[in-house]
Amino acid sequence: MIPPAFEYLRPKTLPEAVGLLQQHGEDAKILSGGQSLIPMMKLRLARPSHLIDINRIAGLSYIREDGGFLKIGGLTREAELEASELIRTKYPLLLDTARVIADPQVRNLATVGGNLAHGDPANDHPATMLALGAQIVATGAKGERVIAIDDFFVSLFTTSLDHGEILTEIRIPIPPAKSGGAYFKLERKVGDFATAAVAVQLTLDGPGAVQKVGIGLTNVGGTPIRAKRAEEALRGKKLDAATIGAAAQAAADAAQPSSDLRGPAAYKTGLIKELTKRALARAAERAGK
Amino acid sequence: MHKTSVEISGMGHSMKRKEDSRFLQGRGNYVDDVNLPHMVYGHMVRSPYAHAKLKSINTEAAKKLPGVLAIITGEDLAKANLAWMPTLFFDKQMVLATGKVLFQAQEVAFVVAEDRYTAADAAELVEVEYEELPVLVDPHKAMDADAPILRDDREEKSNHIFHWEVGDKQATDKAFTESAVNAKVHAVFQRCHPAPLETCGCVADYNNATERLTIYLTSQAPHAHRTLFSIVGGIPEQNIRVVSPDIGGGFGNKVPIYPGYVCAVVASLTLGVPVKWIETRSENLQSTGFARDYHMTAELAADKTGKIKAMRVKTLADHGAFNAAAQPTKFPAGLFSVCTGSYDYPAAFCEVDGVYTNKAPGGIAYRCSFRITEAAYLIERAVDVLALDLKMDPAELRRKNYIQPAQFPYKTPLGWTYDSGKYEGALDKALGMVGYKEIRKEQEEKRKKGELMGIGISSFTEAVGAGPAHTFDIAGIKMFDSAEIRIHPTGKAICRMGTKSQGQGHETTYAQIVAQELGIPAKDVIIEEGDTDTAPYGLGTYASRSTPTSGAATAIAARKIREKAKKIAAFLLEASEEDLEWEPGKFFVKGAPGKAKTIQEIAFAAYTNIPPGLEAGLEAVNYYDPPNLTFPFGTYICVVDIDKGTGEIKVRRFIAVDDCGNVINPMIVEGQIHGGLTEGLAIAFMQLIDYDENGNVSGGSFMDYLIPTAVETPHWETGLTCTPSPHHPFGAKGVGESPNVGSPAAFVNAVVDALSHLGVKHIDMPITPWKVWNILKEKGITG
Amino acid sequence: MAKKELIKLKINGKEREVAAEPRLLLVHFIREQLGLTGTHVGCDTSNCGACTVLLNGKTVKSCTMFAVQADGAEIMTVEGLPSNGALHPLQEGFKEEHGLQCGFCTPGMLISSYALLKKNPNPTEAEIRWGISGNLCRCTGYQNIVKAVQFASKKMAQGGK
Repeated sequence: MIPPAFEYLRPKTLPEAVGLLQQHGEDAKILSGGQSLIPMMKLRLARPSHLIDINRIAGLSYIREDGGFLKIGGLTREAELEASELIRTKYPLLLDTARVIADPQVRNLATVGGNLAHGDPANDHPATMLALGAQIVATGAKGERVIAIDDFFVSLFTTSLDHGEILTEIRIPIPPAKSGGAYFKLERKVGDFATAAVAVQLTLDGPGAVQKVGIGLTNVGGTPIRAKRAEEALRGKKLDAATIGAAAQAAADAAQPSSDLRGPAAYKTGLIKELTKRALARAAERAGK
Repeated sequence: MHKTSVEISGMGHSMKRKEDSRFLQGRGNYVDDVNLPHMVYGHMVRSPYAHAKLKSINTEAAKKLPGVLAIITGEDLAKANLAWMPTLFFDKQMVLATGKVLFQAQEVAFVVAEDRYTAADAAELVEVEYEELPVLVDPHKAMDADAPILRDDREEKSNHIFHWEVGDKQATDKAFTESAVNAKVHAVFQRCHPAPLETCGCVADYNNATERLTIYLTSQAPHAHRTLFSIVGGIPEQNIRVVSPDIGGGFGNKVPIYPGYVCAVVASLTLGVPVKWIETRSENLQSTGFARDYHMTAELAADKTGKIKAMRVKTLADHGAFNAAAQPTKFPAGLFSVCTGSYDYPAAFCEVDGVYTNKAPGGIAYRCSFRITEAAYLIERAVDVLALDLKMDPAELRRKNYIQPAQFPYKTPLGWTYDSGKYEGALDKALGMVGYKEIRKEQEEKRKKGELMGIGISSFTEAVGAGPAHTFDIAGIKMFDSAEIRIHPTGKAICRMGTKSQGQGHETTYAQIVAQELGIPAKDVIIEEGDTDTAPYGLGTYASRSTPTSGAATAIAARKIREKAKKIAAFLLEASEEDLEWEPGKFFVKGAPGKAKTIQEIAFAAYTNIPPGLEAGLEAVNYYDPPNLTFPFGTYICVVDIDKGTGEIKVRRFIAVDDCGNVINPMIVEGQIHGGLTEGLAIAFMQLIDYDENGNVSGGSFMDYLIPTAVETPHWETGLTCTPSPHHPFGAKGVGESPNVGSPAAFVNAVVDALSHLGVKHIDMPITPWKVWNILKEKGITG
Repeated sequence: MAKKELIKLKINGKEREVAAEPRLLLVHFIREQLGLTGTHVGCDTSNCGACTVLLNGKTVKSCTMFAVQADGAEIMTVEGLPSNGALHPLQEGFKEEHGLQCGFCTPGMLISSYALLKKNPNPTEAEIRWGISGNLCRCTGYQNIVKAVQFASKKMAQGGK
């Protein structure tokens, strides 16, 4: 399969990239990892007039803690998340997620920013970032603006990024002590999108009750879903079977899946319930350590 | 059989493969690696509709694109009488559509351009106007009065292709009336696809100076393809050379002739330059040789003790838009009537109806002899259902009904004569390997705790190596196969066969046969296949026929050479032929082992010191027509664990005990088993080519037609028993397809076994987590 | 047609400079412009991994990247597996353990295995299976590929390469 022709542009700086985006209008696209965009172009489902390759722009790839946030550069590769000592030791939810995205070769190119900016509810990071309460930094002609993750996903393949903006950073509040997270994804095989997946991030208080919690759902709706009712069902409570069961049911109620080759809608809803239980148990276990 | 030294590496040695070095260094030569001067590229325009009138094709815009050389439509082909071509089974198929299209992704126009990017761009610019027609997807509705008639080109205005029946209906019906137990199963063997990692393709190179057409082709049957190209295209056969280069997997996908090949040939004839056409993966999955799509019902009649008395089978076969099944002409449902399996009972009746639907054409033999996978699956499922009905252990029920060793050659109630078998031996070995008693006990304990675990058994019998020529032919060409051996003066050899390896390791195994028969070290023997200008005529590689046919031909040709070598040795040793004895590699005088001539010395003499009255040279050819098929068999046992919360199935263990008679190369046999089991796993749990009510295909790319990775694939445990074929020159049977034939039932039986206490008797493949979950939900097991 | 871009890169140790249309996929660039046909195309949808090459030390699917993106990069394909005249321990392992049949997936498998052993010289069976999970094989059932990688791992630990 052969992609349609386009003009290739390779800016050296971020302002230059933003300028090119504005100059070439709606049909210009950012090329970062390309692991979603290029397959769509080969299927001729995407036909950008111009590709603005941001891969050579310095300073867009990093993983560091700074000012109360974990900051991930938009161009950071999934494989870099997987390999990061900081992520391995302190952000198990991100590690869980990065490990099950596509396959090793794709993870070497695919970027965290691209995974979010694509606006695909089947991608894995959106649910994770919803659970983590992340912020998105968008850079445009007027400089940076910060978008709360809850305001980021608008509809299928649409985010609140303006056309002239580039997703340059993801900020995640550094979790306090006694925090843990987990991502449970059921996929038909390695490399597949989730049939359904659940991301949980929680913080326990001294006696072991849930102090803070975020739950995100993958591929069970037109956008990634934050299961707010499920979070409410947990806050201030100890994670006994009844509480976990109620939260899992609330998460399942939040899912709006449709039937497809990965299974009927009822199955996906059932999966959300089951995977929420498992993710909560794993996250709590990690928080307790 | 005499075991040769490692130096000679005849039969039974796990010799490392001679073909590996080039593949390991990226120096294989697959069809897309063929690059010829002035070569141009073809790209197919395909129908988005499953059934539609073709109103017009406008190629103007496409033709204007710089670099576009030609656009061929069905009407252009019709002028040369090439718009249709015969299929391999008494039907015809459109090369490029005229009048209407009959399935989604059907070939509509062929664009040729200077490079593949331009060809793809131009294909998009071809404007085709369609008028949609009512679509027929469900084969069960094909015979309804209100069903649209798909093939208005046929005289018979019906979607019915054939009715075929075999067996004694009366005796069978009688047995059912009289039997105590009647077990019944409806099983669909879903439409799936061989999906070799390399798609199909060709480079057609017509030289208008020599008037010769060379076609580099992903072909499992290059000689037969040459003949068909000659007959269909009207090109004198001596002017066609088909070269089947290295093939990146075939599995039956590369047996038929596809429209793309014909279009590339026409384009090369028209333009006078080489034309390359390589399928995309989607084109491969959506338009070329699918397999199975058999909707089957089986019944077994048995007495209370579990002794089977009769089998009754009724099947509906969905062939898609054209009957492009690749199978012997006397068998509209292939060898499906081996469905009586490994068991001894007097009566059986089997009937099959084939119908047209708005789907891709085919019905090819995916890694099996013509419909045997469907047959083996059906009987092995039915036996398990009978075991459930009788509350008997499925291993013991099988044991009770096996054909016994003394009964061979065994004539089945549907007419096959099995050559040899010791079914209990394979069963016992497999039961021992899995630790059957212990694992059943574990299952019982797990059930008490509410955990789901299952054990599935399959004791299959395969029928491979077509054919005897009196029974088997493809498009009229008898299914013999061939080998030619030439010994060089220095004692090295080149051999050519009518078959064609696609990864099976022929360059090694055929060399080992020569080594066994002549004592020439296998490393000194070059094997060449696939070039119709040089290799002797043969029917090709599929249906596990290479070892049973060309392998046999190789042994017999070698024996002819040995006869001549004996004469030369007698001359050199000044002894009479009767006084000579043979051991691999040399003739020696009886009682005087020091008086010997090696095969190398004899070969040298064949060119330098020729005995009076003998022709020079040392070579032979054999066309081998086997007296019967060979019938490999085995018992497979699968152990699964089921996750109640998600419906996921984990194959914990899989034991495969195979019996393929005498083994040429145990390493290669084991590799074949691993690969076939993995394909069986995918069919059982993952794969389906499906169509919605409008005939839109799903499962048309590797995003949804799922190929298991190393992570989903379990560790396979293999074992062998050895029951030689009595009629094969060295007692071998075919083996490459056994694991794909025998394993689907083992996987499914294991899952059903895990759920049988809930009243589950059957689940159709692919058994996905959601299907299991739905059952558990319905039974109140999961919340 | 979009204007051609000049692409300079180092492939298997050799400097090459070729102009190409921006949309030219890296795999076509390698196979057709540079004439290295060991890298294969098996699927079009970034699933099969037959096109896997090493780009600046990391495995990528060359069918899901434009050649122009590799400007200035260092690439290794199967033809460049370091061998010093003999087979690389991985190539040897694939032969010894019968880790290939039709050979079509083999170049990509070798590259993924090579990268895996660079990162993790002594992988467990599970790690090997995950390491090659972006490469599909239709022939071997992977078991002998796992053994081949283990063979190479041992051989390399003994100073093979």
